Order: sequence, then structure tokens, then C-alpha cells
Amino acid sequence: MADVLALDDTGPAELAGEELRELYRLMVAVRYLDESAIRWQRQGLIPGYAPQLGQEAAQVGSGYALDMSRDFVFPTYREMGVARTVGVDMVEYMSTHKATWHGGLYDPKASRFAPIQAVVGGSVLHAVGWAHGQTLDGAPAGELGVAITYFGDGASSQGDVHEAMNFAAVMKAPVVFFIQNNGWAISVPTERQVAGGSVAARAAGYGMPSIQVDGNDVVAVTQATAAALAHARAGKGPTVVEAMTYRRGPHSTSDDPGRYRTLEEERTDGGEDPLARMRARLLADGIADEAFFEEALAAAKAEEEQIREGINALGPRPGTEMFDFVYQEPTQALKAQASAWREESEHV
Amino acid sequence: MSEHTTLSDLEAAQDNTTAADVQQESVQNFPEPADAGATETMSMQQALNRALAEVMTENPRALILGEDVGQLGGVFRITDGLQKKFGEARVFDTPLAESGILGMSVGLAMAGYHPIPEVQFDGFAYPAVNQIICQVGRMNYRSRGTLPMPITLRVPSFGGIRAPEHHGESLEAMFAHVPGLKVVSPSGPNEAYHLLKYAAARQDPVIFMEPKSRYWQKGPVNAGADAAGYSPNGSRVVREGKHLTLVAWGAMVARCLQVAELAAEDGIEIEVLDLRWLKPIDAEGLAASVAKTRRAVVVHEAPRTSGLGAEVASTITERCFGTLKAPVERVTGFDVPYPSGDLEDEYIPNIDRILYGIQRVLEYRRG
Repeated sequence: MADVLALDDTGPAELAGEELRELYRLMVAVRYLDESAIRWQRQGLIPGYAPQLGQEAAQVGSGYALDMSRDFVFPTYREMGVARTVGVDMVEYMSTHKATWHGGLYDPKASRFAPIQAVVGGSVLHAVGWAHGQTLDGAPAGELGVAITYFGDGASSQGDVHEAMNFAAVMKAPVVFFIQNNGWAISVPTERQVAGGSVAARAAGYGMPSIQVDGNDVVAVTQATAAALAHARAGKGPTVVEAMTYRRGPHSTSDDPGRYRTLEEERTDGGEDPLARMRARLLADGIADEAFFEEALAAAKAEEEQIREGINALGPRPGTEMFDFVYQEPTQALKAQASAWREESEHV
Repeated sequence: MSEHTTLSDLEAAQDNTTAADVQQESVQNFPEPADAGATETMSMQQALNRALAEVMTENPRALILGEDVGQLGGVFRITDGLQKKFGEARVFDTPLAESGILGMSVGLAMAGYHPIPEVQFDGFAYPAVNQIICQVGRMNYRSRGTLPMPITLRVPSFGGIRAPEHHGESLEAMFAHVPGLKVVSPSGPNEAYHLLKYAAARQDPVIFMEPKSRYWQKGPVNAGADAAGYSPNGSRVVREGKHLTLVAWGAMVARCLQVAELAAEDGIEIEVLDLRWLKPIDAEGLAASVAKTRRAVVVHEAPRTSGLGAEVASTITERCFGTLKAPVERVTGFDVPYPSGDLEDEYIPNIDRILYGIQRVLEYRRG
């Protein structure tokens, strides 16, 4: 397997102390919000949620490496950590879990974060199309906008992912295929999902460089993603980054992992908690102290409170919006259905 | 049918017609090319090729992509010469994967382009159905209108060329059922030229179903500036009549015109309505024609059950129930997989079957 980090002679850039502290702050904010969202669901504030517990390093690290003035994110439904890292409005993001609006209420164009996708695989192709659009726009090498597409070991089985990788490699599109291999596709483990055991290994077949990175090491993920982005930005084409991590929680708030794995397996297979690991590193390197960690947690709690209040205050969208966004130019038939709905539901 | 129904029967049946004004309106809605000097005779293939060239010239964000659309000019030569004219960046071959073509088009549209993908044959749209339904049709909605999908998907459609399996499908009902899509099918060169130009200027996705058996038939095309009065919306009456309306689209329009000629020999005046837009359906146009003729037969190549003919029949019935002389009749393909070439003449509605359908409607008596 080619190593994307080895492509450029420069090697990975060292992260400064403040960058490392910022990565930690982001991971704490994401962890706290993620755990809170499960509580929100248990309390009846939202009907469902897909936790990302254990994937903070993969999501924060990759999101942190992006240049949001020109890059574009293509998520699926478990990328809350990426959304938070790149600055998506989190009330508008979480609105999809409140069943307010499929795809979320945030403006995907302004946020440079595509609508949340509930079905995996399909959006990987969109990243390739968007990326090829950057090539057609003609930005000079070194300044290309890059599409980063997030998917998991489960989605890697979809035909669309193969088509996307092949298209991107043929067209040398500036895409980073970012796989979070978290060990499980709902109840099916990676060994019964990914032949050969690695999605990154497939890249060789498309002539693409790839790297399998420790997905629980936020610094390693940041550096690997930065290298992949630099490769694409320079016009050298797509790459695959496979972050090896572990889904520590259930697939969703409706899932029951006890039916397919034991708590003991979770403890041994989960590896080191990415948050605890980063904390130990910061302490060991003298970059942060207990006061910093307390401050980071307090900030995360304050942030969660604000988001929770926002979600709590979020009412249902007006029913007219069912009709408003189907077309740019709505048909007469749809307008007639909208008026009939209004007359019969509001008795106007 | 003259054995069974005389012209005077029909005239008598017309006694309650109240739609002289409707007839007037329908004439106004469908201007023929005004200046014969401005028309050129060309095939539908040439008309589509010309429309694409003009779209590409007028809209620098328009792109053509698909299988073999570049140097080859497409297997039907619809994109012939366009790569040479507009360059490999704007007219490009993709790998052989229809979901990839449509998924990539979604991303290009998100990047501000206006993709005009080609799916080589109708049956090859099946592998792209997930992208067409879940993405092309929904991204504008999902994104609350911030990510429009101005994608014009060209699909060589319908049967009649003795092609291999999956090369002669009629997918209009499937596409028309999907929220967020619009569906149109031209019946001849002039329609092909204007409707493609119109579809490619929209901000919504349009499935453009080209009747492949009509690609090589020539007809007048008015592509000049004096075509400004052309209306690309709604249906179009292609032959006026007063006893019965034949509703058709794509290649069936030409067949229905043949049928109308034959019926005229028996004194039966048939109106032929080219529906053109299969979504949205022109309910007013259908109602105007059938309010006048009080009888309707809808003809399509697709299988009958849950075909678009049911939607047409229901639309007519909702608006014309009080004056209809007979239930709306459907003459369609059968509920079978599209047969091999030797049997396709048995499958596609032919002149005899359409005439039988007309006869059933003309002879219908209540009670």
C-alpha cells in the first residue's frame, strides 16, 4: 500500500501547542455534545440519534485539516464531530435528529457541508462530481478546492463507492476518500464486511495512494488528512485515508449491541480512548494542565446547554415547506395540492 | 369501424358540445412555424445535436457527459462533433457506470454546473435509479432550495428498433412518480429542438426521453429568431378533430397521426394530442380537447398496469366526467417484459390495436 505521507518529501508538519490544545477542546466539545444527544433522546427531546463515541479523533482531526474557504465536506449521518469542527451551526445540524428537516436546517452551500445523507454510499459520487468541477473551474495547482467524502467500512461495500473511486482516479479529481473504519456496520463486523480487511488497500487497484492511519490518534489523523489534501490541492488527484477506529456506542439510539457483541469485547477491541490519549499526551508534553482540561470541559458544557436550548426551542417547520422546496419552478399540480392541503388542514 | 358507427351517429352524439371557445383556445395555443422561409428540414438527431450545440454556446456552465459521447458522438450520434467544438473539458466520456454518471452530475450541479448527462439506452437507467430518485430528485428539497439540480438527463427511449434486451424500455411512469423530477418527450424534430433547449435552461432536473425510433425521421424545424412565439409548455394538438381525442407522446404520436388519417377515410375526425410533458401533465390541455370531443383513447408503449395512461385517464375523468361519452380507453404495451425484436410489433400498440380501441369507445353505450 502506497503511503500518502511519503509522497511529499516534506513530511507531516508538526502541530504547534495551541493547535494541539484546540484539537483537544474540539474533541471534548464533540464528546460532550454526543453523549448529551443520547440523553436528549432518552428524555424525549429528540426521537433518535447516531452516536459517534470513540470517533472523535478521526472526525476532529480530519475536519481540522480542511481549508473551509475552498474545500467542501460530503458527510453521511455520523459526522457530527466533523460538522462541529468546521463550524456548521450545531442547532441547525442537530435539527435533523429532532426530525425537523431531512438533511438538517443549515445552509449546506454557505457551510460548505453537504446535507446529511441517511443512505450511505451515494454521496461519495457527489464528492467526485464537485471535485471535478474544481478542476474545470481551472484553479491553479496548489490552490484547488478539495472534496472530502466521509463513509464507513459498511458503505465501502456499496457499488457507488467503487464507481466513485474509479471515476475520481480516471479524472484525477481532487478528492479525499476518508473512511472511518469503526469495526461495525450496525451488527456486522469488518471481517464480514471488507474482504481483505482494508479499504485503503483497494486504492492500489485504482492507482491511488492511500494510508491506513491510527484513527484514535487525533494528531496522526490531522497530519494524514493534511497530506492527502495537499496532494489533491496540487492537482495530483484522489487519495484514500482509512482511519482505523472503533464505534464505542450503539449504531443508533434504537440499536442493541448486546445482541452482537459483549461488553468485554467492547473493552478490548475499542483500543485506547482517543480523548484520554490526547489528554495524556498534552500532559506529558507539558502543553496543557488540569486547569486547561477543566476549562475545556466547562466550555463544552456551556456550549451543549446553548445547543440544547436551541433544539428545545425548535418548533416544527410550517407545512407549506413540504411543497416549497420540491422544485425551483413548482408545477401547477403541486401548487394545487399545496392549496388543497392548506384549505383542508387550516380550514381557510 | 364504419360498419358499426356512422358519421351521423357521431354528429348526433356531439349535440351537447359546449366547447367552441375551447377549440378556439386550443388553436391559439399551438402556433405552427410562422415563416416557412425560416424552417429547415432535418432529422430529430440533427435537431437534438443543434439544440445541444446552442445550449453549450449560450451557457458556459453546461457540460455533456456520458458513455461514448465524446469522439464517437454517442451511439446515436446525438453529440456528434460537440467534443471537437467545445473541447474535452466540456464534453467528456465517463467510465461505464450509470450511477457514477448521475452521482457525478449531482456533484457538478452542486459546484454550479449544468450537467447534461446521457444514459446510452433507457434500460441502462436502471443502475442509476438510486441516484435519480434519492439524489437528483431530492437534493433541492433536502437542501431547502440552496442546491438546485439543473440536470437534463437525456435518455434514448422506447422501442421499435429491434434492439437487444434492455434497449427498448418505456420508463416514463417510473420517472413521473418521483417527486422533484420533470419528464418530457418530443415527438418530432421541431419539438426535440425546442424542448431540449427549454429543458436545458431549467433549474430543475428534467428527464428528456428521446424516441429512438424517430431519430432519423426528418421534419421542419423552426430554429430561427421568429420561433420566439413557440410555447414549450403543456401539450400540443397536432391534428384537430371533433369525434375523439387520441393522447400520445414520443413515437406513438406519429402512429396516432396515421390512425387519424385512416379514420378520416371513414368520416371519423380524430384529434391527436401530443402530451409532450409527462410530468407535469397538461390537465387543462387534456380537458380542453376532451371537452370538445367527449371521447379519449390514450396510447403508450409502456406496460398497462400503473402506466402513465392511468394518470391521463384519471385526469380526463376528473375534469370531463359529466360530458364523457365513454370511459377513457387505454391502448398500451402488455404487462410483460419488453419482448425480443421479432415480437415487438405485437407488443407496441400498432394501427389495428389503436383502431380497435377507438372502436370500443365509439361503440360504447351506457347501461
